[in-house]
Amino acid sequence: MAKMKFLCDSKRCIECNGCVTACKNENNVEWGIQRRRVVTINDGEPGETSISVACMHCTDAPCMAVCPTDVFYQTEDGIVLHNKDGCIGCGYCLFACPFGAPQFPSDAAFGERGKMDKCTFCAGGPEEDNSPEEKAKYGANRIAEGKLPMCAEMCSTKALLAGDAAEVSDIFRERVIYRGHNDGAWAQTTLQNETDLAYDATQPKA
Amino acid sequence: MRLTKKSDQPSATSNTSGLGLSRRRFLQNSGIAAGGVATAGMMAPGMMQQAQAAIVPTGAPTEVKRTICTHCSVGCGVYAEVQNGIWTGQEPAFDHPFNLGAHCAKGAAVREHGHGDRRLKYPMKLVDGQWKKLSWEQAIDEVGDKMLQVRQESGPDSVYWLGSAKFSNEQAYLFRKYAALWGTNNVDHQARICHSTTVAGVANTWGYGAMTNSFNDIHFSKSIILIGSNPAEAHPVAMQHILRAKERNKAHIICVDPRFTRTAAHANEYIRIRPGSDVAFVWGLLWHIFENGWEDDQFIQQRVYGMEEVREEVSKWTPEEVENVSGVKGDQMRRAAKELAENRPGTIIWCMGGTQHTTGNNNTRAYCILMLALGNMGKSGGGTNIFRGHDNVQGATDLGILSHTLPGYYGLSDGAWKHWSKVWDVDLEWLQNRFDQKVYRKLKPINNKGIPVSRWIDGVLEDKAQIDQKDNLRVMVCWGHAVNSQTRGVEMKKAIEKLDTLVIVDPYPTHAAVMSDRKDGVYLLPACTQFETSGSVTASNRSIQWRDQVIEPLFESKPDHEIMNLFANKLGFGEELFKNIEIKNGQPVIEDITREINKGMWTIGYTGQSPERLKLHQKNWHTFNYDTLKGEGGPISGEYYGMPWPCWGTAEQGHPGTPILYDTSKPVAEGGLTFRARFGVEREGQNLLAENSFSKDSDIRDGYPEFSDKLLKKLGWWNDLTAEEKAQAEGKNWKTDLSGGIQRVAIKHGCSPFGNAKARAVVWTFPDKVPLHREPLYTPRRDLVSKYPTWDDSESMYRLPTLYKSIQDKDLSKEYPIILTSGRLVEYEGGGEETRSNPWLAELQQEMFVEVNPVDANNMGFRDGDDVWVEGAEGGKVRVKALVTRRVDEGVVFMPFHFGGHFQGKDLTDKYPKGAAPYVTGEAANTATTYGYDPVTQMQETKVTLCRINKATA
Repeated sequence: MAKMKFLCDSKRCIECNGCVTACKNENNVEWGIQRRRVVTINDGEPGETSISVACMHCTDAPCMAVCPTDVFYQTEDGIVLHNKDGCIGCGYCLFACPFGAPQFPSDAAFGERGKMDKCTFCAGGPEEDNSPEEKAKYGANRIAEGKLPMCAEMCSTKALLAGDAAEVSDIFRERVIYRGHNDGAWAQTTLQNETDLAYDATQPKA
Repeated sequence: MRLTKKSDQPSATSNTSGLGLSRRRFLQNSGIAAGGVATAGMMAPGMMQQAQAAIVPTGAPTEVKRTICTHCSVGCGVYAEVQNGIWTGQEPAFDHPFNLGAHCAKGAAVREHGHGDRRLKYPMKLVDGQWKKLSWEQAIDEVGDKMLQVRQESGPDSVYWLGSAKFSNEQAYLFRKYAALWGTNNVDHQARICHSTTVAGVANTWGYGAMTNSFNDIHFSKSIILIGSNPAEAHPVAMQHILRAKERNKAHIICVDPRFTRTAAHANEYIRIRPGSDVAFVWGLLWHIFENGWEDDQFIQQRVYGMEEVREEVSKWTPEEVENVSGVKGDQMRRAAKELAENRPGTIIWCMGGTQHTTGNNNTRAYCILMLALGNMGKSGGGTNIFRGHDNVQGATDLGILSHTLPGYYGLSDGAWKHWSKVWDVDLEWLQNRFDQKVYRKLKPINNKGIPVSRWIDGVLEDKAQIDQKDNLRVMVCWGHAVNSQTRGVEMKKAIEKLDTLVIVDPYPTHAAVMSDRKDGVYLLPACTQFETSGSVTASNRSIQWRDQVIEPLFESKPDHEIMNLFANKLGFGEELFKNIEIKNGQPVIEDITREINKGMWTIGYTGQSPERLKLHQKNWHTFNYDTLKGEGGPISGEYYGMPWPCWGTAEQGHPGTPILYDTSKPVAEGGLTFRARFGVEREGQNLLAENSFSKDSDIRDGYPEFSDKLLKKLGWWNDLTAEEKAQAEGKNWKTDLSGGIQRVAIKHGCSPFGNAKARAVVWTFPDKVPLHREPLYTPRRDLVSKYPTWDDSESMYRLPTLYKSIQDKDLSKEYPIILTSGRLVEYEGGGEETRSNPWLAELQQEMFVEVNPVDANNMGFRDGDDVWVEGAEGGKVRVKALVTRRVDEGVVFMPFHFGGHFQGKDLTDKYPKGAAPYVTGEAANTATTYGYDPVTQMQETKVTLCRINKATA
């Protein structure tokens, strides 16, 4: 079974926000909610690096663990989805999520927040695939049509990759080999005298 | 950065702290103003969706249309899914050779054009300060009567026809013809303030003023130097190709810019220069190249004229002087020069950062000379890859919506009028009589360059005795133009108020509709977008692409060519305008216009791309190679995608298009080319033709002049023409022979129809033969003014007095100590009216801002997120948010130019017609910009002026 994942190649991401508007376009996401955002560090300075972030469809998703009404479920492909009908807008999932993926249409407290909304990996929700109900509540279901999420499909520089984890890592691995230097993978530029920001669990943080 | 959504409710308190991390932090902190917009914004798309749901039943059959993104000139393919006439889906065109399905924020949001809820919905006019709805008939009648009255009183030159790079090729061509038949050269479009200095500088160097290679060809580059270009924001999909070269070809990327741009973040080397020091910088590179013998001697000897004179100028630009003028240190200059020399072929990419200067024509020629010295021209992986701006600014330029030429760069000479009147099948004498017959400065208006778009405000405000035409401009037609993309906003307001009538033809009301205090005399006519009609569009790489019509025109809007038909009939020249163009249901038939273009555009080879061929290319995107753009198998094997011009001869001759200009490694018949013989055959006893250099399989094994009937006879090739061709070719040359025979025979013998010459490093017809560094009109470096002064004032350029020295002589650097420069954001385009009306984009950039270095902010006493007044050196000022960032250097500030709808601190959002205000409004940067025009093209100066900044109180 496929294990669906996103990966954003920070060497390619130019913060053009194509992924953000592709998502808006495909899922008719309302003003104020952004299922996908581009995050930039060192903005305007050497080492400026961007990645596109949305729900990461965690294998062991904290949102699922904390939801008091248990609306989350994981598809066979590893996509984390939720049932809006059961959502009470408590916001626990937002606090649990390390990526800030769950969002609410209103800022008010608890139930007044409205139904939680987040990236569905363009896989809709519990309703019948591509039914008007599913479309209205969750947006597109591209997975049911054999397509991948629109954000990744439309990425201007092919920085954002989506699909089966094995395939995604193959593509990324090939790129790293082409780049051929030790900082060819994650983060940081090749400017002189800059250390690589790449996350390496075996090393103490600089 | 927090990933929480921004507030969608108007909040009572405005949080202004800590905006410094990123400009997108504005999203979260955009208190009162943006919150209000947000609430309004939530309504419209939702409502629109409901409307659609009602119309489109589930499972309605889906039609897929092929179109091209209407934002920038990369020309990305789009699959538009249409159900019951509603644009319901947008799919990535993975098989399109330019973008492989990819889009930036704008391209990924084009389906919103199918909603268009903030569009101008019907014709309107301003009556006592209120917008009143009109019928189309009434609007055309009233505007037309006014025009005819002004024509009677002040002559045809008092109506200004400002066209658009948003037209299709067919509409662009029709618009230029339309202005000619009205009887004026006061017609222009955005190319004037975009790449006019490129077109002039580059065409005068080697023949054609366009991007020489293609985005895809950058895959083969070993080095890439970007100067005044920020594709990560302005042409994001171009970065797909640039990063591919970096990763797969190990291309070394050098980014030269006053700002550390998003592109710089992906470069191998970033070089910060002082705004306006491009020539000094390029000569600094060449100093090292010549010093170390890194130039390509053989290439220069065979294909370049005048490099010795350049050498002389370059010798003055020692590393010390370069550092003094541009601020770049010698070791960095040497390193950059060495990388370019060691990594060939290399390409240079430039955009507005190089062109929009008083010295723009010098900058563009200096860039060309750098590539000539390195021998990078006419090679795959090399070339001057000049990225054009709007989606069809290349096509609109080629088709001549310009005050100084007819379509195809034929100019305005009697010969040019003769050629086109023949193509148009109109009587030349009748045409000449449509113009004002008086003579001004020895020139008749028909042969004199019209007022350029950059100067239309002077055409209104200048003393009429000083203008080379009968009267001031009295009626201004902005047909697809954002006036906030033009400098001197304060004077523009005065000009708009002085006009008799302002006519805006556009899908949106635009900043022009609201910026003045007019209470009447403004008409708004709703044009539709290119998604609501069909036609061809020329991408930056000269490929011509066909667009399907996606949806019917929304509301009461009409396609531009239909509006031209209405006006032409009202104004009395409809019959002549459409003599060989059929009108079907009130609309001129697009394909008929394409064929007329094919009939006349011999100079640049727009003759081979018939509508049938263009449509066949459009249906076979998948058959073209991603690197070379060559068709591989299938119905159009061997042709290049979109038949990049020149596509010589007639369509029947089947030329494949020219993917790389001046590439001698291929035969001309297969897309090869030489440098054009445009400047004569010799000068001061020196040969201007190529020496021992010629395109593959050429029968002439040396340089040769351009082809004419005489040359064919001299070569003994005359009898290669058919009898029919002979009849038409007699007395003609490759540009004027409507049979295409001369071109056919030249190519048959392996020759370029336009000759085979050297490129010229010295342009003896320009103000500076060899490009010189000249200080900007408003410069903080007063110590450099005497050594590098600007030009003297001129009594007349493009009909108007033009100032240089008298402005530079006034020292304003004490009162206005900071350099102000401007540029783009990825979410918006041009004046931004269309993109700020698209909620998916508008949500991402809600505040107009100014980027200021922390040192300057601290010295001037404000913090990140404060409201500040930026006041330009001529007194125009804007109230904007401060974004404190090291992206800009000390002493330099930057503003994006896409905002509009505010004027000098006043919010004018309420002045838009109801329901047609953009989601986001803000101060127009150009309210604060100043005077300054290139002497060759009248390009405006937007990249260097002076300003001061104060914290706004209350």
